[in-house]
Amino acid sequence: MKAQDFRYERPSTMDEALAILADTDQEAQPLAGGQSLMPMMNFRLAAPDVLVDLGGVPELSGICEDNGEIVIGAMTRYRDLMASEMVARDVPLLAAALPHIAHPAIRNRGTLGGSLALSDPAAESPAVLLALGGSVDLRSASGQRSVAADEFFFGLYETARQPEELITAVRLPKAAPGHRFGFYEITRRHGDYAMIGVAVAQAPDWRIAFFSVAGTPLRATDAEAVLNADASDIDAAVAALASLEIDGDRHGDPAMKRHLAGVALRRAIGGMS
Amino acid sequence: MSGPLTDLDRPNSYIGRAVPRADAARLLEGRGRFVDDLQLPRMLHAAFLRSPYAHARVNGFDLEAARAVPGVHTILTGKDLEGVVEPYVGVLSHLAGLQSAPQMPMAVDVARWQGEPLVMVIAESRAIAEDALGLIEADLDPLDPVTDPEAALEPGAALIHDSLGSNLAWERTVDVGDVDAAFAADGVTTVERSFTFGRHTGVTLETRAAVAAFDPSTDQLTFWYSGQAPHMMQFIFAKHLGLMEEDVRVIAHDVGGSFGIKIHTYGDEVATAAAAKLLGRPIKFVADRLESFQTDIHARDHIVKGRMGLTADGKIAALEFDDITGIGPFSMYPRTSAIEANQVLNLTGAPYEIENYRARSRVVFQNKNLMCQYRAVGHPIAMAICDCLLEDAAREIGMDVAEVRRRNLMADDSYPRQSASGMKLADLSHQQSLEKLLEIMDYNGLRADQAQARKSGVYRGIGLVSMVEVTNPSPAFYGIGGAPIASQDGATVRLDAGGGLRISSSVTEQGQGTNGILAQIAADRFGIPIDRVRVTTGDTDTVPYGGGTWASRGAGIGGEAMLQAAVALRDQVLDVAAVMLQTEPSKLDIRDGAVTDLDGSERMTLSDLARTVYYRGNELPSDMKPELVATRHYRVTDFPFVFTNGAMAAQVEVDVETGMVKVLGFWAVEDCGRVINPMLVDEQVRGGVVQGIGGALYEECLYDEEGQLLNASMADYEVPMAAEMPDIVVAHVETPTRTSELGAKGAGEAGTGGAPAALMNAVNDALSPLGGRIHQMPMTPERILKALGTV
Ligand SMILES: Cc1cc2nc3c(=O)[nH]c(=O)nc-3n(C[C@H](O)[C@H](O)[C@H](O)COP(=O)(O)OP(=O)(O)OC[C@H]3O[C@@H](n4cnc5c(N)ncnc54)[C@H](O)[C@@H]3O)c2cc1C
Repeated sequence: MKAQDFRYERPSTMDEALAILADTDQEAQPLAGGQSLMPMMNFRLAAPDVLVDLGGVPELSGICEDNGEIVIGAMTRYRDLMASEMVARDVPLLAAALPHIAHPAIRNRGTLGGSLALSDPAAESPAVLLALGGSVDLRSASGQRSVAADEFFFGLYETARQPEELITAVRLPKAAPGHRFGFYEITRRHGDYAMIGVAVAQAPDWRIAFFSVAGTPLRATDAEAVLNADASDIDAAVAALASLEIDGDRHGDPAMKRHLAGVALRRAIGGMS
Repeated sequence: MSGPLTDLDRPNSYIGRAVPRADAARLLEGRGRFVDDLQLPRMLHAAFLRSPYAHARVNGFDLEAARAVPGVHTILTGKDLEGVVEPYVGVLSHLAGLQSAPQMPMAVDVARWQGEPLVMVIAESRAIAEDALGLIEADLDPLDPVTDPEAALEPGAALIHDSLGSNLAWERTVDVGDVDAAFAADGVTTVERSFTFGRHTGVTLETRAAVAAFDPSTDQLTFWYSGQAPHMMQFIFAKHLGLMEEDVRVIAHDVGGSFGIKIHTYGDEVATAAAAKLLGRPIKFVADRLESFQTDIHARDHIVKGRMGLTADGKIAALEFDDITGIGPFSMYPRTSAIEANQVLNLTGAPYEIENYRARSRVVFQNKNLMCQYRAVGHPIAMAICDCLLEDAAREIGMDVAEVRRRNLMADDSYPRQSASGMKLADLSHQQSLEKLLEIMDYNGLRADQAQARKSGVYRGIGLVSMVEVTNPSPAFYGIGGAPIASQDGATVRLDAGGGLRISSSVTEQGQGTNGILAQIAADRFGIPIDRVRVTTGDTDTVPYGGGTWASRGAGIGGEAMLQAAVALRDQVLDVAAVMLQTEPSKLDIRDGAVTDLDGSERMTLSDLARTVYYRGNELPSDMKPELVATRHYRVTDFPFVFTNGAMAAQVEVDVETGMVKVLGFWAVEDCGRVINPMLVDEQVRGGVVQGIGGALYEECLYDEEGQLLNASMADYEVPMAAEMPDIVVAHVETPTRTSELGAKGAGEAGTGGAPAALMNAVNDALSPLGGRIHQMPMTPERILKALGTV
């Protein structure tokens, strides 16, 4: 379990980083917290020629407010998000999800951008992004764009991001008075990737995003419609999960996971604030 | 203060005290010496290409591209080791009828499990070796895999070894009393259950690792490894590499956990030694976590149909079961893979008065990783079969589960005696242990809490187990059947010129604290401050001959040898001192590192005595032959095993919507005889319980029907973690064994052996008002929801 040989670069500006990624003669991969990429390299599931460490690019980190959105730099570590008053106040759904992500040692290094770029189907932050209807800022040597959450997740470990693009920041709408959020996750051991989880926003329309149900986080649009019509009809919302296309995994077959999805949704709604 | 000194008042009384061990600070400060820390001049590194299929014909390999990788030194295939390594067969003569096939370190013609070594690349670094692995083209033809042990016995099933004619490795039955009549008798309530015990494995913190160095000028092999039984490995390398035993030195320095994983013959380790012999250069092999999951022995994997009959007054009328266990494609060498099944037959029901007992076990080959002895061999199966049937039957007749045990446990004053299966039992305390358990857990209080919680829709359950543990085995375990496994151990105690003690022992340190308790025993019985004792274990060149660590025997057997050696040296030293001080040995004592009068007044320091002997022998009478070193050996006689007993209980809460089980509390009363170090014993029990919780709730090596291991990583194979573990309360009953002066039995496996049954009982107790029941381990959320009929 040793990584294949690679070159290591640590650019100090975004442009330098983008230039390396734009060079098509070599396969370059950004390195953020390394909490997923390093194990993948050791398993030889990833074998980039060049590793572009983003740790030296200061403008990729930080949290600020911009036009009603909270903008989080891609390299912002989970632990900094957990310590942020702005996140706790203005993006309470993210704040609720963070303690479920792995363990302190991993949160010390792991980044929000890394998690979204990887887009593990059992990870928390993609579902939070989807439930909040946020967007992802992407930039390459030839330009920049912003992709809405609903258009970002393509398939298992596949996103709208092109190989030469960096995620630079994540935009999440700021919570307004009266908005309510709920988060519930089922794991066997604290800090594990979820068996099933759900992020729920009523802001003021309902958005419900499940994770660990399929190749990508999934919005439960039928359940959302039920709740948009009658927020108290939780039974009908749970019944509407029948239309979700849920895959089985080592924790259980699709029927088991659909059952758990219903339990998680009830509990998430029950805990909304 | 007046009156005679008791054992615990004496200076240097360490036995029975929570003495911190010297190794702990060294290891915590990062000064451990593990195999991977070893760097030898000219050392090369090995990596293995392993079979991607569970069953495949090996046609050959294209190695050209791999050989061309700069830094690659040699590539060896299974065929290349023919004639270099003598094949090994995992059978023992006392397991009559056990059959297995000759095994080579790397597959030659047929690969029989996913992960079996095929090709060994030896290179300047492990990374380079792995680069080369990626370039090897293996010509393999997949064959039908046989993975399900029941299907493996069907007529017409594909054979794993054509030469054996069947996939059945071994079968044994026990039939005592009149089982059929007992079940048929009036007033007997019978419960029948099907149990499944999943495969799991040891997950040692330090993976298996080896460095082999061969000196062609002397024909000597030195093998550093992370293991439990250096002398056994010495025999194996000598026999199978064609060396003299005295030319093989096996060294096990610090070992990061074993649990029975590191006491077997692994192809990658044998290949490492063989390659070192072929090349004349040191070679290092360190298993990575993927290799650990694929090749460290797995354990359990039993399917059991069992039934128990209970009379109306709660007496066990009869117990019967049929066990089938899948052991992988070979019986593991040299301990065999039939011992677990044998233990299940021997131990099931052993705490109870049972007159009618019938059992069968069949040990079956399959195309999965090898199954063999892991902590608490057979115990979790045996305890779960009997105690889960017992609690289910008690529930059926409406009897409390503590009460049903009171009516069936062997009486504490009824020993020595035999179990239903014919095991010789002595010095056990089931009744006392059960009562103590009920007291420390506040059984009645927990029952009241349970009733209260149910009113609010919270499903809590309480489960118990009464258990035996096999410890301190005699030669009846292995040696009798022809295995190169010593059941005796030796200890040497030497007084050095500085007045300190240098002790050595053939039992080994795996992180459990053996070195610490050996020092306690030697210091206590010799009469010296413990910080003047230095311990050597794990080196066949320097320690006495013996068996190492397995079957909870280090303290009981190695400890007794150490006690006897320390007592012998004390007598020898007093003989010398009496001559020097012109008095009688009986008028002298050794206390706190000095020779004293019986009232404790110092006559001379041990250093003075030793320096006189070593440097100024001219001062001694010429007919005096002082010996400042003593060696003693010890083995258990008269009993095949020294059984211990315990009683344990679990309290769980089941989230009946998610199937999640939370262990709220765990209690263990353990009778391991003399407790040498309560801190270490308690941690052994707790660690064992946690591994038992792992087997009951979390851990399983998941294979698909093709024999592919699906969860070979720490992310997907769930070991229990601290956050989910309950407080584990440990208490003791001390019934010393009559077989030794020390009186210590073993304590290393009880928790792992007992906890699963207690947990299964607790979960079933919680589910019972909903009509659900589960007899499959691990008890995962999905299985619990299925048991409830929710999904
Ligand atoms: C034991 C353990 C438990 C874990 N448990 C959880 C859990 O419960 N929930 C969870 O969500 N995660 C979990 N993780 C994963 C962890 O959260 C990772 O940190 C995260 O998924 C990836 O973030 P990273 O910063 O470490 O990214 P890296 O590992 O550095 O990179 C991941 C991928 O994203 C790419 N990438 C990174 N940054 C960018 C960028 N700015 N632009 C473009 N591409 C980029 C990389 O090239 C790589 O392909 C766990 C990890 C471990 C080791």
